[in-house]
Amino acid sequence: MATLTIDGKTITVVEGTSVLDAARKLGISIPTLCHHPKLSPYGGCRMCIVEIKGIARPVTACTTPVSEGMEVSTSTPYLEKLRRTILELILSDHPNDCMVCEKAGDCVLQELAYFYGLRENRFAGERRIYAKRDGNPLIERDMEKCILCDKCVRVCDEVQRVRAIEIAYRGFKSKVCPPYERDLDCEFCGQCIRVCPTGALTGKKWALKGRQKDIKEVDTICPYCGCGCNLTLNIRKNEIVRVTSKEDTLNEGWLCSKGTFGYHFVNSPERLKNPLIRIAPKSSEFGVRSSELKEKLQTQNSKLKTQNSKLFREATWDEALDLAAKRFREIKEKHGHDSIGALASARCTNEENYLFQKFMRAVIGTNNVDHCARY
Amino acid sequence: MKTEKNDIKIKVCMGPGGIATGGADVIKVFKDDLASANIKAKIGKGCSLHKVGCFGLCARDVLVDVIVGKNKTTYQYVKPDMVPRIVKEHLIENNPVSEWTVGDDYYSFYNKQIKVVLSEFSEVDPEDIDTYTAVGGYEATKKVLTKFTPEKTIAIIKKSGIRGRGGAGFPTGVKWEICRKVESDQKFIICNADEGDPGAFMDRAVIEGNPHSVIEGMIIGAYAIGATKGYVYVRAEYPLAVERLTIAIKQARGKNLLGENILGTKFNFDVRLKLGAGAFVCGEETALIASIEGQRGMPRAKPPFPVHSGLWGKPTVINNVETLANVPYIIRKGADWFSSFGTEKSKGTKVFALTGKVKNTGLIEVPMGILLREIIYDIGGGIEGGKAFKAVQTGGPSGGCIPAELVDINVDYESLAKVGSIVGSGGMVVLDDTDCMVSIAKFFLEFTQAESCGKCVPCRVGTKRLLEILDRITAGKGREGDIELLEDLGNDIKLSSLCGLGQTAPNPILSTIKYFRHEYEAHIKEQKCPAKVCKDLIEYGILEEFCKGCGACLRVCPSKAITGEKKKPHIISVDVCIKCGACFDVCKFKAVKKE
Repeated sequence: MATLTIDGKTITVVEGTSVLDAARKLGISIPTLCHHPKLSPYGGCRMCIVEIKGIARPVTACTTPVSEGMEVSTSTPYLEKLRRTILELILSDHPNDCMVCEKAGDCVLQELAYFYGLRENRFAGERRIYAKRDGNPLIERDMEKCILCDKCVRVCDEVQRVRAIEIAYRGFKSKVCPPYERDLDCEFCGQCIRVCPTGALTGKKWALKGRQKDIKEVDTICPYCGCGCNLTLNIRKNEIVRVTSKEDTLNEGWLCSKGTFGYHFVNSPERLKNPLIRIAPKSSEFGVRSSELKEKLQTQNSKLKTQNSKLFREATWDEALDLAAKRFREIKEKHGHDSIGALASARCTNEENYLFQKFMRAVIGTNNVDHCARY
Repeated sequence: MKTEKNDIKIKVCMGPGGIATGGADVIKVFKDDLASANIKAKIGKGCSLHKVGCFGLCARDVLVDVIVGKNKTTYQYVKPDMVPRIVKEHLIENNPVSEWTVGDDYYSFYNKQIKVVLSEFSEVDPEDIDTYTAVGGYEATKKVLTKFTPEKTIAIIKKSGIRGRGGAGFPTGVKWEICRKVESDQKFIICNADEGDPGAFMDRAVIEGNPHSVIEGMIIGAYAIGATKGYVYVRAEYPLAVERLTIAIKQARGKNLLGENILGTKFNFDVRLKLGAGAFVCGEETALIASIEGQRGMPRAKPPFPVHSGLWGKPTVINNVETLANVPYIIRKGADWFSSFGTEKSKGTKVFALTGKVKNTGLIEVPMGILLREIIYDIGGGIEGGKAFKAVQTGGPSGGCIPAELVDINVDYESLAKVGSIVGSGGMVVLDDTDCMVSIAKFFLEFTQAESCGKCVPCRVGTKRLLEILDRITAGKGREGDIELLEDLGNDIKLSSLCGLGQTAPNPILSTIKYFRHEYEAHIKEQKCPAKVCKDLIEYGILEEFCKGCGACLRVCPSKAITGEKKKPHIISVDVCIKCGACFDVCKFKAVKKE
């Protein structure tokens, strides 16, 4: 343990803790753009510089470990002047088009510019101009807004273990991009969007769907797999405009591609909301050839879009379940219980899978139980 | 090239300067001529031909030493077509070609120098380990491995007072001691040969001239700290250095000076080469480590320092080439001998690459604390062309300009720091009154700006903005307040940047503003470049009273901006002129004016 004072307040923390974390424990906020609590410290934005007694030059709080007896000042006129200059430099190479930016209202850079009251810029000069060129339907990369905080690179490497992007070129021309500046071709987990402090990385699916201030948040569980990640649906005008996740959840705020981008089924007109019972006879009963069958099935599927087609009719859950139970019983009586087998879904939770196999073994009376992931 | 009886020795400078001026061709002609002369002077018999490291006075390359018996003659400016006459008259007829030999002024270049690292350059064939051992090479290794404990070795280095020659000047012995005390299953020693300062070629010359001294320094360092693996991080742009290091490492392995059970002492150590990919910032130690690890060469914040957590997270000592090359001599000749050179806080000698407007440009080694005046006037021979000495830029892009009025300062870590510059790795560019200080600052800023890794904001964007301001000043578009803005931003960048590159990048600007503020003001307020360098602020014209109408300027003008009849004053069309200065240089009658 090490005891130190930050802005006159004393705190004892575990050795190895960063000055930034110690300050946060004391409720002292130090501005930062490149720090993320779950990623390795970077020290690139230089906003979190603090003064430590006995050290000549300011150091970054995010990279400096605490030591016994350390005396830290986080907000002196000297530091604030340096921070102002740094912010001014960042903004001198930024489109500053907050009026049309997806991230406005939720942007760390905008927030800092507001608090430092930066409107004029002493350093206005050349800006990096890049065309948006990715063909992918999910991630929008507006590299002109990128402040090179490296969070996206680190999350891709350290959390996702993909390393789809890296900083290329040097100095002012530095740019985050996939190898050889090809189009982004990755897992599209969207983690990079999640950690981006500015509007450089956004979701194409939620462009112009509403900014964060109009969003109502609804917490739920991801339906895609048994992991059960916590989702926060971002809802505007009763429509999910994007999906996020909170950091204090079992998935620590990280999501995969499906969790992040796969929410459109919710409002899809094709989504089934009630059980359907087939009214048309099965095609195999007509004795048709397989090619014709395929064609027929395709027609059937397209007709599914209209729920009350000639093939299906809408039913209540009670009616549907009764029918299924009746049919199971008939098959069982006619062909024996082992003529029935069932595959569980990867989307099911552990508990659901337990119930599923219990149902098959105890109710149906068969061990023909398997899982879709094997097929 | 092993020799038996050496009646005749020919040593050709194959340092950076020698190679650039055609040393390889000179050697080839020597070889052919000696063979065809069919005399006793055949290579390998009574005559030996050596390619040796930098002689020092690069301005007079190719330099060739011809030693007949005990008489040494040095030829300067040797071109391949001069070789047959040297062979015929000197080697066969024993009459040195006196018109080509060096004069007394050549020796004045060496008088005030004290050579330690460069001392054996003229003796050692860099591609032959035997020539190194013949002059006492690897004796220090034997001494250390068989007689000294690591602690004793560190004590000697500490006592010698040597400080890092890469620029920062951290005491080498202290660095070794800290690393020695860190417990770890694996430690590394890295030789930083990523020399990248514009105009600096000290490390290159040392490696190309005497690579074994560097390897020996690494072996001793490794033994002292307890490392078993070493890397030389060398620029790929130094192919000859890479080649000679590769040969040297192979030869050292062959003599059991690298590998397992070195000299039967159970000490294991081997060296690998890692070629840099051309990033200046990889000379910064944490970026260098990242580069060896296969990462993008970007520095990280310290602490932890590499001595605690370096390459692959293991304790690592990183020393500069020159530092390591000093180590064998310190061990061989003793700490007291070494510390007898230099000042109280800066011990030993330092190699500088003396370039710019002095007569004798080249590689020099001087005791720390020597007067700047001695370097420029005694060793450097004063300013070329009788122009006025204006300033000297030391420490490369991280350093600053020292004005002529401070010419009597001592050259050591403390004194240079006091006037706003640094010793740095040893670049020394001398400027005269035709150099524009704003342009000099801009030159170095262009370099650092392009070499910034892009990780931290002050360096990435800040240096770019500094450069933009300098650009507009030199273009005559400077604004009121630009000087203050440069100072303000420069200081902020120095304080808030992540690594040494950004923390020192504004130095060339800040030091030139400090000493040459009036030049900046002239650019901004009067739109004039006092040194008449900045193209946008000068105009060429012809002085009618001097112009003879010879047409020399007219012929040389690439943009056909000059018109006029023969024997009548010519005229420069200002609209067409591209301000290349060709007419100014070619006119014998000083009829072209530059304003």
